[in-house]
Amino acid sequence: MSTMTFSPVTGSPINSLTFNVRIFLRESRYEFLRLTRTKSFALSVIGFPVIFYLFFGLILNRGQHIGSVSVAKYMLAGYAVFGMVGASLFGIGVGLSSELAAGWLELKRASPMPPIAYLLAKCASAMVFGVIIVSILTVMGISVGHVELSFGEYVRMFGLTVVGVIPFACMGMALALLVPFSSAPGIANMIYLPMSFCGGLWLPIMMLPKFIQQFAVLLPTYHLSQLMLSAFGYDSAGTAMSHWIGLLGFTLVMLGIGGIAFRRYEQNQ
Amino acid sequence: MSAVLDYSRISAQTVAQPMADPVAFLAGINKRYCNGVLALDNVSLTLNRGEIVALLGPNGAGKSTAVRLLMGLSSPTLGTVGIFGADPRETSARMRTGAMLQVGRAPEMLKVREQIELFRGYYRRPMAYADIVRAAALHGIEQRMFGQLSGGQKQRVLFALALAGDPDLVFLDEPTVGLDIESRRTMWAEIRSLAARGKTVLLTTHYLEEADALAHRIIVINKGRIACEGTPDEVKAFGSAVPGRSAQGSVKIIRCATELTTATLLKLQGVVSATADVSGTTVTSNQPESTLREMLALDQTLRGIEVQSPALEDAFLAITTDRS
Repeated sequence: MSTMTFSPVTGSPINSLTFNVRIFLRESRYEFLRLTRTKSFALSVIGFPVIFYLFFGLILNRGQHIGSVSVAKYMLAGYAVFGMVGASLFGIGVGLSSELAAGWLELKRASPMPPIAYLLAKCASAMVFGVIIVSILTVMGISVGHVELSFGEYVRMFGLTVVGVIPFACMGMALALLVPFSSAPGIANMIYLPMSFCGGLWLPIMMLPKFIQQFAVLLPTYHLSQLMLSAFGYDSAGTAMSHWIGLLGFTLVMLGIGGIAFRRYEQNQ
Repeated sequence: MSAVLDYSRISAQTVAQPMADPVAFLAGINKRYCNGVLALDNVSLTLNRGEIVALLGPNGAGKSTAVRLLMGLSSPTLGTVGIFGADPRETSARMRTGAMLQVGRAPEMLKVREQIELFRGYYRRPMAYADIVRAAALHGIEQRMFGQLSGGQKQRVLFALALAGDPDLVFLDEPTVGLDIESRRTMWAEIRSLAARGKTVLLTTHYLEEADALAHRIIVINKGRIACEGTPDEVKAFGSAVPGRSAQGSVKIIRCATELTTATLLKLQGVVSATADVSGTTVTSNQPESTLREMLALDQTLRGIEVQSPALEDAFLAITTDRS
């Protein structure tokens, strides 16, 4: 047996962390840049919640109040969640599916790029889009809808948008692993739209039929919008803790499904 | 007589063969996929420092499987894989490799420069940006979006990404597909310079001319097994061999118009095979000079002589179709 001499590459752990963080920052920056340049994505992900809010929140129900609840302010929360979910499902889910199908992901896997940097970069980009959408909707609400929003309420919406990406990112990743790219956008829409409607993002949850209200407990859109509405004091059911548990449960289920799908993908390699 | 040296025609064999200094290996590899297909059957191969190795084989032979095992994208069912003394799935091993894969679609809305900077950032000691641009001939297109590039330009960018980390082991999968002649020759020159600097290149290609021109060593895989391994000359000789008669060393094909019968020709020194048809007689010999001397002596009317090296394509077809 011949003896082979190699020189293994070593690097100190502290440098590794800085090095990997830099990779993550670079991936995030370029992923975000790429998404903003992809007009079909950027315009629809930002445009749909903006247009829906304009029509249904600001024009149609102009100045309406139900009791002490301002309709325009109520819908602000719903469409903020709607926008962020869209950015997550299409930016992360369909994006991952596309890169997987194209073989691009293989090239990244063959490189020394840490896979977690790539995944976190996709999450970070979706968070930035979510935050952009929330901010645009807030400006529209305040200027056109005369919504009264305190800075604290805005900060809570902002924070919930950022954290709220996580469950939908997990769903997006599971989607990308389970569904072939040709059907991914269609399936994403078939999940996105009903989940938004049944979660009470378009019509307040109390106005929906009872069986949908009961079903909504399973939906992350319901829990997230209730958390956001509670920042305004407009939430209608459940405690904050129950909603966080709902989101956590959904995230764990998605991670489980995604994990199984990934194991199957690895075994097929 | 002017001595103009066409470097592109100098094949790798005229340069000294690299010393056996292994950097990567597959040992006793069996790879069976989930659907039951046995893609590789007891395959072992070694890649040495400074070597260009071409992996050839028909579609479905197991080339991609072997390369993916070496890249750490796949794990063997049996056997071991090693690159630079480590598992190819480890990041430390990947720090010294680069890959050029056949990618259906790359992110279209990133500029060439941005994509290269991104890949350079994965490595601790990447190649200088200017050197990458020069090596992949990307002058003038650095600021273009990937989606705006022509097919050949996209290939060159993918080549640049493979070089980004100044790797010691480079995997090139069909690197010159879609390139015009000039770009192909430029890439060949760059691949040769990689090997000259002590890097190792594993190349898969369907352009046998490319394997012939670049490779120090060719490995032919067929139906999951290594069918033949050696220098291009050795593989050509192996492919020219006829059962019962061995073909070693430098095999040449002699074509001419002659009165000599194939029976007579087969008795001559060094002759491996002899065929005759309306267009003339074809003799394959591993001692071409001796065979020619005898043929010329025996037949004064012999004319229209052509002496050629066997085509790698013919050898390849012989190796991969006969042995089934």
